[in-house]
Amino acid sequence: MTNKMITADPKGVLTGSHYLDGDHACCEGALAAGCRFVAGYPITPSTEVVERFSARCPQVGGMFIQMEDEIASSIAIYGGVWAGAKAMTVTSGPGFSLMMEHIGLGVMLETPCVFVNVQRGGPSTGLPTLPGQADMMQARWGSHGDYEIIALSPNSPQEAFDLTIEAFNLSEQYRVPVMMMLDECVGHMTEKVIIPKAEEIKIYPRRFTKAKPGEYLPYKPGPDMVPDLVKVGDGHRFHITGLTHDERGYPVMNHICQDQLVRRLMDKINKNADKITHLEEDGTEGAECVVVSYGITSRIAARAIDMARAEGLKVGHIQCKVVWPFPAKRILELVPKVKSFVMPEMNMGQVVLELERIVKGQAQVSLVPHAGGMVHEPEVILQAIKQSLK
Amino acid sequence: MSKAPTEIRIGGFGGQGVILSGIIIGKAFSIYDGKHATLTQAFGPEARGSACSAQVILSAEPVLYPYVAKPDTLVVMSQEAYTKFSPDLKKDGVLLYEEDLVQPDDTIKGIKSYSIPATRFAEELGRKLVLNIVMVGFFSAISNLLSEKAAKKAITASVPKGTEELNLKAFKKGYEYGKKLVARSS
Repeated sequence: MTNKMITADPKGVLTGSHYLDGDHACCEGALAAGCRFVAGYPITPSTEVVERFSARCPQVGGMFIQMEDEIASSIAIYGGVWAGAKAMTVTSGPGFSLMMEHIGLGVMLETPCVFVNVQRGGPSTGLPTLPGQADMMQARWGSHGDYEIIALSPNSPQEAFDLTIEAFNLSEQYRVPVMMMLDECVGHMTEKVIIPKAEEIKIYPRRFTKAKPGEYLPYKPGPDMVPDLVKVGDGHRFHITGLTHDERGYPVMNHICQDQLVRRLMDKINKNADKITHLEEDGTEGAECVVVSYGITSRIAARAIDMARAEGLKVGHIQCKVVWPFPAKRILELVPKVKSFVMPEMNMGQVVLELERIVKGQAQVSLVPHAGGMVHEPEVILQAIKQSLK
Repeated sequence: MSKAPTEIRIGGFGGQGVILSGIIIGKAFSIYDGKHATLTQAFGPEARGSACSAQVILSAEPVLYPYVAKPDTLVVMSQEAYTKFSPDLKKDGVLLYEEDLVQPDDTIKGIKSYSIPATRFAEELGRKLVLNIVMVGFFSAISNLLSEKAAKKAITASVPKGTEELNLKAFKKGYEYGKKLVARSS
């Protein structure tokens, strides 16, 4: 059943104006969303998220377990979810790599939960204390097998709060692990964060089945392609497995069941992409160049766009708060109207591949790459905008 | 204040409360004066034991670019921080320093500088630890960017419970000293 939104449990909502860094704001977002279980293995620059969560646990009745590693962390949260809690794990690049197998398991079991990755420069140990955005493709396709994922990327502590709530809501609605992709700059940046009253925060409640025990099928999808969950101990027979399974949750080793399951896992995201998409647009109507950005880079892009407009250029901005699924529909609407798209990323070109795939050469697409460790200089993005309009 | 943002760097050594003073300034300006303040801090190995710093951008508009390259105001509480950060100060910038801990050289021209015996003031109040809050008071008086009320609220909200009164006294000491200096120099 598609659920109606409810309001947040006031116990987890720290209503008021706060001066918080992005990591702490992310933790408060999780608490406001109803997250009461976190398993994690602390790693810079994400440690402050779990540090705060562990300190807040006694106040809200939650639990934090510092696990032996990231592999254990990422499986422990599934236990929490199947036992009825809302749960997340928190990490950065090296830990995210270790979690990949279980992200696929979460997709296969359709386990609603949130993976927070405060991105730092990579590969490997890379730049532990400096920012990067180079895990974006890993967030999408890091685990084996075919699947689609949801990933969000905040550009400020306020968005870290707001989008963490959205991440939990999307995970519950579509029953998929949702990737919350911060970066070190946002994680360690302190700004004003306004936390509204609990009754102003909309929460998507867990999709519990209304079927009677004996009638419940754990993987029978509803009209929106998403199946309902049960609470452990409510008397329902239930079975979950990472093997390809039928509606009963039992393994079926053939191509017909595989085709049905994999198509549904992908379709429930792809066919709902327009509902999941979350964009912030500025000046796209009448623009000759549209800058597409996400996360911290969107702020630097906004500065560059201000500079370009001051020089009389018609430049618009699309900030993707949800990066995956990518906003293909909106981009396609703009393709015949613009001369160019410019995409700055704190990586050597990842999400831009999707932009290029959608634009199909019908407008110019310019990547402004950055290997990480520092945000772009706005002048570099300005130059790319100017060059693309020549 | 003018529309242009003001960029501040606060430097000292680990344990002096450098980051907390940045948080108080940012909190006062954004939460209690209702504007925008972005604080960043060095998290690298350089922040573990040597010159540590906090950067705050105060702005009437939301801050886009979050880092400080050339601060308008530099507040320093150690010689090492002065040596490390003073070359980046803007040409017409303002230097605030703790006069018993920092000996500025004559190499920087065109800046305005103000000094305060903040450690001695803190010791007179009974706790050397509140040196950073004396500096916040001094900064508030000289810069004229924060309202006194907002600064005091931010201090009360940020310091450990039970130390509010002591910290407010420390703020007052730095604030009044700064106001006197400004009156004398104008």
